[in-house]
Amino acid sequence: MSLRIVVTVKYVPDATGDRHFADDLTVDRDDVDGLLSELDEYAVEQALQISENSDDDVEITVLTVGPEDAKDALRKALSMGADKAIHVEDDDLHGTDAIGTSLVLAKAIEKAGYDLVISGLASTDGTMGVVPALLAERLGVPQVTLLSEVSVEDGTVKGRRDGDAASEQLEASLPAVVSVTDQSGEARYPSFKGIMAAKKKPVESWDLSDLDLEAEEVGLEGAWTAVESATQRPARTAGTIVKDEGEGGKQLAEFLAGQKFI
Amino acid sequence: MAEVLVYVDHVDGAVRKPTLELLTLARRIGEPVAVALGAGAESTAAALAEHGATRVLAHDASEYADYLVVPKVDALQAAVAAVSPAAVLVPSSAEGKEIAARLALRIGSGIITDAVDLEAGDEGPVATQSVFAASFSTKSRVSKGTPVITVKPNSAAVEAAPAAGAVEALAVSFSAQATGTKVTGRTPRESTGRPELTEAAIVVSGGRGVNGAENFALIESLADSLGAAVGASRAAVDAGWYPHTNQVGQTGKSVSPQLYIANGISGAIQHRAGMQTSKTIVAVNKDAEAPIFDLVDYGVVGDLFDVVPQLTEEIKTRKG
Ligand SMILES: Cc1cc2nc3c(=O)[nH]c(=O)nc-3n(C[C@H](O)[C@H](O)[C@H](O)COP(=O)(O)OP(=O)(O)OC[C@H]3O[C@@H](n4cnc5c(N)ncnc54)[C@H](O)[C@@H]3O)c2cc1C
Ligand SMILES: Cc1cc2nc3c(=O)[nH]c(=O)nc-3n(C[C@H](O)[C@H](O)[C@H](O)COP(=O)(O)OP(=O)(O)OC[C@H]3O[C@@H](n4cnc5c(N)ncnc54)[C@H](O)[C@@H]3O)c2cc1C
Repeated sequence: MSLRIVVTVKYVPDATGDRHFADDLTVDRDDVDGLLSELDEYAVEQALQISENSDDDVEITVLTVGPEDAKDALRKALSMGADKAIHVEDDDLHGTDAIGTSLVLAKAIEKAGYDLVISGLASTDGTMGVVPALLAERLGVPQVTLLSEVSVEDGTVKGRRDGDAASEQLEASLPAVVSVTDQSGEARYPSFKGIMAAKKKPVESWDLSDLDLEAEEVGLEGAWTAVESATQRPARTAGTIVKDEGEGGKQLAEFLAGQKFI
Repeated sequence: MAEVLVYVDHVDGAVRKPTLELLTLARRIGEPVAVALGAGAESTAAALAEHGATRVLAHDASEYADYLVVPKVDALQAAVAAVSPAAVLVPSSAEGKEIAARLALRIGSGIITDAVDLEAGDEGPVATQSVFAASFSTKSRVSKGTPVITVKPNSAAVEAAPAAGAVEALAVSFSAQATGTKVTGRTPRESTGRPELTEAAIVVSGGRGVNGAENFALIESLADSLGAAVGASRAAVDAGWYPHTNQVGQTGKSVSPQLYIANGISGAIQHRAGMQTSKTIVAVNKDAEAPIFDLVDYGVVGDLFDVVPQLTEEIKTRKG
């Protein structure tokens, strides 16, 4: 038996950099370094663990939709141990929203062939946390999302979802879409050997025509949402800072009382 | 006036506060019609009516508890078909966002998540989002279909606005996908008796500086003196000092309380992403250079083991 896993990984601007918007109100990628969204490392890690724990022949493909530089995200995932990569890149994708992104990803996943899709819980830029559910809806397969624990056996995926009210055990038959949280297990660092091996692994590039998609279906033009303005929040006005010289707690209480919190 | 669907988050009929906030926001753009699903759905009606729901569409079936997400999408889709609303509002919980996303796709609509404000606009409702760790504010709208918008807790004040709130049965037929993901077990979380983190008016958090699970008692005492919820940084959670469900930040909860008190937390960007929109921010940290001090309205540079117990005592004394 074989198991084909597609891991979706996003290339995002570094959260510790000075992120901002371009004139067309899309994310300005020119001035900030990009990287593999850290939360997608957990998805790659779980794919690797499923592979390591499986008697089946497992093939792990990492998939990204993003600009030229997004190849860096694929390289990182390959150096962690994924087998091959697919990069969907097309100028017309600029400004694609969540519904559009899920369309492109779903088409690419279908073309690649899959038994299991693994995503992160949310990107670190849009942070919507909706793409995995959208993929399940589009692909017509079960969603087994936000798992802090995941395992695959005999064509069934099982996992634990820790919600606000309860912790739930979930189960679905493959094919399925899974997303994993940062509680699922620390992601490994690429080894030197992994980094060298990654250079030889195949990276396919697909554009919209490879996926039978039209420019109008994606990008800013095809977006189902419109951003009207983006304004930087004014820096918070400098607050009062006191040094504790024995009365710090009382001084703080005085402040809280003044603000009517006590 | 156009109707606006509000998805009701409730526990066995007890409506959670974010839903009542949604009813306030919904009234800005139309007449709120609530959709309540699962066990206790009908008993939500009194609270919903008191806060402006003109109608309550209710439906219970075992599918809602036995399978993940999709049965609720099916029901909401049935409600959209029945009502033809001007917009659909859903609380921004992890599950709420998944339900909203699948619904939006099915009904051919765009989706906006994590709105922190909502107003009527010429071309439909305009949502404010707080993005990039709350360093930017954006205004967006759905440009295709019926706007589906998820709204973060604490985005509006709860206002009473009595309305009819008549319960009507919602007819739902489940899709083939509905039973795809089985819930095979459920362990309810034990209640601490403290307010829900995302809904609390005051949050008291502890970070790596708290230095041990046992020391979280200090943070809890301070929280209890203020009737607050307890939060934690990822460093504290990863060290096993406090449950993950209490983590505040990018991969934890987003909170937006009236008052946030950070103790022994440096203020890394991923932590700020979850608390930067708090109205008043206070920090106790022994490092005067800690980035959290850039955000505070009031900061104490000092050892939390001295400052926090003194603060707790003083609050208790003042409250008599
Ligand atoms: C600040 C900000 C706010 C936004 N708000 C909205 C909004 O309200 N509505 C809207 O429709 N769009 C919005 N967008 C656009 C939206 O974020 C992108 O279209 C995006 O690709 C999908 O959403 P996400 O990044 O939030 O992904 P999430 O849903 O958070 O991502 C979850 C997982 O999906 C996978 N994934 C997501 N994108 C990709 C990709 N490009 N390639 C491979 N895998 C991927 C990853 O595994 C990821 O971990 C926003 C973007 C930004 C930067
Ligand atoms: C993808 C990603 C997602 C993340 N998500 C989150 C998230 O959701 N939430 C989150 O919090 N972090 C998150 N992080 C981690 C984040 O980057 C920081 O590592 C974390 O917030 C640090 O926690 P801390 O402030 O408690 O610890 P530290 O940064 O170690 O700070 C401890 C602080 O305590 C102070 N201190 C020490 N002893 C005392 C004392 N006795 N009295 C007073 N002060 C004292 C120190 O001066 C220091 O400032 C994420 C990281 C990544 C990469």
